[in-house]
Amino acid sequence: MSALTLYNNLNTFLILGAVLFGIGMYGIVTRKTLIGMLIAAELLLAGASINFMAFNRFTAPDPVVGQVFTLFIMAIAAAEAAIGLSIVISVYRHFKSIDAEDTVQLKG
Amino acid sequence: MSPPILLTEAPALFSVDGLVGLVFIIMVAITVTGGIIACNSTRLVRAIAGLIVCFVGVAGVYYFLNSPFVAMMQILIYVGAVAVTISFAIMLAAPEEQMEIGNKGPLVGPFGFGTAALIAGSFSVLALKTEWPVMAKINDGSVKNIGIRLLTDFSMVFELISIVLLIAIIGALVIARVGREN
Repeated sequence: MSALTLYNNLNTFLILGAVLFGIGMYGIVTRKTLIGMLIAAELLLAGASINFMAFNRFTAPDPVVGQVFTLFIMAIAAAEAAIGLSIVISVYRHFKSIDAEDTVQLKG
Repeated sequence: MSPPILLTEAPALFSVDGLVGLVFIIMVAITVTGGIIACNSTRLVRAIAGLIVCFVGVAGVYYFLNSPFVAMMQILIYVGAVAVTISFAIMLAAPEEQMEIGNKGPLVGPFGFGTAALIAGSFSVLALKTEWPVMAKINDGSVKNIGIRLLTDFSMVFELISIVLLIAIIGALVIARVGREN
């Protein structure tokens, strides 16, 4: 199998989705700011969407369902970004910082 | 209806199939590079630029999955709306001394890399080891079919998504308004 026929293979897309999910997970556990974590969470959602679209193209009987599901994932991601960023702005007004380590009020 | 084209032999690089495969490899490279930039850059503005690059690559991958409509929506929603929203938040909430932060979280270094590699590797092994059953297509997945299904079978979910978005917008406004007087 040549490298030029990779786009006809289900496993290529599944591994790409897994790699994107791993990059997003790395970003979530290593970022220190809340905005950085939100950016990494968008990568996680993109990896999941690629998985849905790959199964939709190669194995599912009805290729509409996966596309509709991916559109719903996009809508949920947009809602999540709006809510998360308004929380970030509110946290910044209260703590004067968007560092996840600074947003504590209890001693300990 | 487009049955999967099974190429039995490797195409030449400068044939049509070979160039399509080359474009696909470029799209995958753009996606992975953008993701790495988004998670490793020291400045948040560069991270959001990497996220945009990654989303454009993902849209190209969707195009290869027979879904030009979803590819267009990906660019429209993610690059046009989500990335711009995050840029606004960076401008509103990140002062200059916090723009350069980089990775300093609790699991930075080998632990974080190990976590990510474990998850990605186990998902990849799971995908490679499983025999996925392939079923015959019952329609072509065109934009017309998507529209018909969205307004018949998925109409309830469609309405619920609209309500979720409305509540999210109102909630975002309410949350961001708290403490504005100070």
